[in-house]
Amino acid sequence: MNEIAPTHVTETAMPDVARIADGQPACETGPDAALCARAPIGMLCELTHRCPLQCPYCSNPVELERANVELTTAEWQDVMRQAAQLGVLQIHLSGGEPTARKDLEEIVRVAAEVGLYTNLITAGVTLTRERLAKLVEVGLDHVQLSVQDVDPENADRIAAYKGGMKKKIEVAGWVKEAGLPLTINCPIHRQNIHNVPRMIEFAVEMGAGRVEIAHVQYYAWALVNRASLMPTKEAFLKAAKQVEEAREKYKGVIVIDAIVPDYYAKFPKPCMGGWARGIVNITPSGRVLPCHAAESIKTLAFDNIKDKPLAEIWLNGAAFQAYRGTSWMKEPCRSCPRKEIDYGGCRCQAFALTGDATNTDPACSLSPLHAQWQAVAEVESHSEPPEFVYRRVGGAAKKLETHNVS
Amino acid sequence: MDETSEPSRVPTRLMVDGDTVLALPRHIKLRHDAGRGRWIILAPERVFNPDETAVEVLQRLDGQRSVSEIAEALSQEYQAPLDVVTTDIVAMLQDLTDKGVLIQAKRG
Repeated sequence: MNEIAPTHVTETAMPDVARIADGQPACETGPDAALCARAPIGMLCELTHRCPLQCPYCSNPVELERANVELTTAEWQDVMRQAAQLGVLQIHLSGGEPTARKDLEEIVRVAAEVGLYTNLITAGVTLTRERLAKLVEVGLDHVQLSVQDVDPENADRIAAYKGGMKKKIEVAGWVKEAGLPLTINCPIHRQNIHNVPRMIEFAVEMGAGRVEIAHVQYYAWALVNRASLMPTKEAFLKAAKQVEEAREKYKGVIVIDAIVPDYYAKFPKPCMGGWARGIVNITPSGRVLPCHAAESIKTLAFDNIKDKPLAEIWLNGAAFQAYRGTSWMKEPCRSCPRKEIDYGGCRCQAFALTGDATNTDPACSLSPLHAQWQAVAEVESHSEPPEFVYRRVGGAAKKLETHNVS
Repeated sequence: MDETSEPSRVPTRLMVDGDTVLALPRHIKLRHDAGRGRWIILAPERVFNPDETAVEVLQRLDGQRSVSEIAEALSQEYQAPLDVVTTDIVAMLQDLTDKGVLIQAKRG
C-alpha cells in the first residue's frame, strides 16, 4: 500500500496506545471520548469451539471449550453493546464454526444495531442460502470464507471433511448474490503451498474483493503439527514471489493480503500490532484475552466478561497490563530502536520456546535461541511430514510436549 | 440487492479519470468516529482514516457527479487551481478504487 501519491487516506489497524505512561492505567472507565481513543479497534469473538472441520493448524487452543460452557445469547448481545460503547469498530465472528450457534442472527442483529461492522469468518460448509439471507437482513457486512486447498481431494484430507469445496463454491455465490463483499482465506502450509497461484485465481473467479494468503502461524494445533506444516524456505520464497506477481496482475481486481511464517522473516512480527493495543479476543466461555493464543502463557490469569465490564478488563485487567507498552521489556528489547515497531515480537512464542514471556521472541535475530529456532524449521521442513494430529477434543494430548526447542 | 452493487463481475481494473462516476458500495461505511474525533472508512477487515480533503471528496460521491464535476466544485470552493485539484483527487480515488473502497456507479 501507499505506493502512489495519495496521502489523504491512511490506514490503521491499531488505535493509539492504551497506556499513557508506563505503569499507569490509561484512564478510568466510562463511555467518553478519552476512553474511545484508547479502545481496541477490533474484537475477535470466538462464539463456539464446535466445528465440523478438523484442520490440523486450527488457531483454537488445544484445550477446546465445550458447548455447555458457552456464553448465552443475552451475554453475547451484552458484549456487543459494551464493545460499541467502549469504541470497538469492527467485530469478527469466528469460532470454531460460528454458524454452529443457532442464535448467530440474534447476535449479529444487536451488533449491527449498535453500529459495529460485522464480519463472519466461516468454513461455509454448514451454511444455507436462507440462513445467509437472514444474516444479511439483520445487518451482516462481510463474509470471510476459508478454503483449505483448491484441489478438492487435498482440501478434504486437510480438513478431514468430505465434499467441502463444492459447498464453498455455492456459499461464495450466495454471498455475491446478496451483494456482500467476500474474502477468501487460504491457510498456507507445506501441503498446499504449491497451489498459491491457483488459490488467488480461484478467489478472483469467486468474485472475492480480497484474498488472504495466510501462512499458518505456529501456535496451538499448528505448533503440535509444525513438522507436517512447515514449508521449506525455498517453497516459501517461491510463493512470496508468486504473490507479488499476482498483485501486479490483479491490481484493482482483488486485494491480496499475505501473512508470512515468522520462521523465515527478517524481524519478529509486531504480534497483534502490540499486546493489548488494537485487538481484544473473547473465548466461547467469555474469557477476555489480548490475543487468541494468550492462554498458552500459563503465568497469566484472565478475567471473564461474566464477572467484569469489558472496558475495565481492557484497561486494567492483569493479563492486558502485563505486556502492554514497553516497560515490561528486558534486554535486548529494552534498548532496541525497533521496540515500538515490533514490540519484541510475540509473547506466546517467547513463552512457548523460552519459558518466559518477557524474553525476546526467538524470531528475532537478537534472541540467543534464534539460530536453534531457525534450524528447527530447516530440519522439519526437509523431513518426511508425520501424519496430521487432527483438531478434535483430546486429539493433541500425546503430542503437546514434543516440539519445543528448549 | 441495491443499485450500487457491482454488475456481473468482469475482472478488470477500473481506471479512474475525469469522466468516471464513483460511489461507495453499501458495505463500505464512511462515518464520523465521535469517540476518536476523526472520520473513518469501515471496510472488510480494514479501517481507513481519510483526512478533511478526502472526506470532502467522498461525501460528494453521490453516484451522479463525475470526478471532473467534483474537482470543479472543490476548485471553486477552495480557490485552488483546477489541474492541481484534479490530479490530486484522481490519484486518491484510483488508490481507493484499487483497494475496493469505491466502485463505478450506474448513473441514472
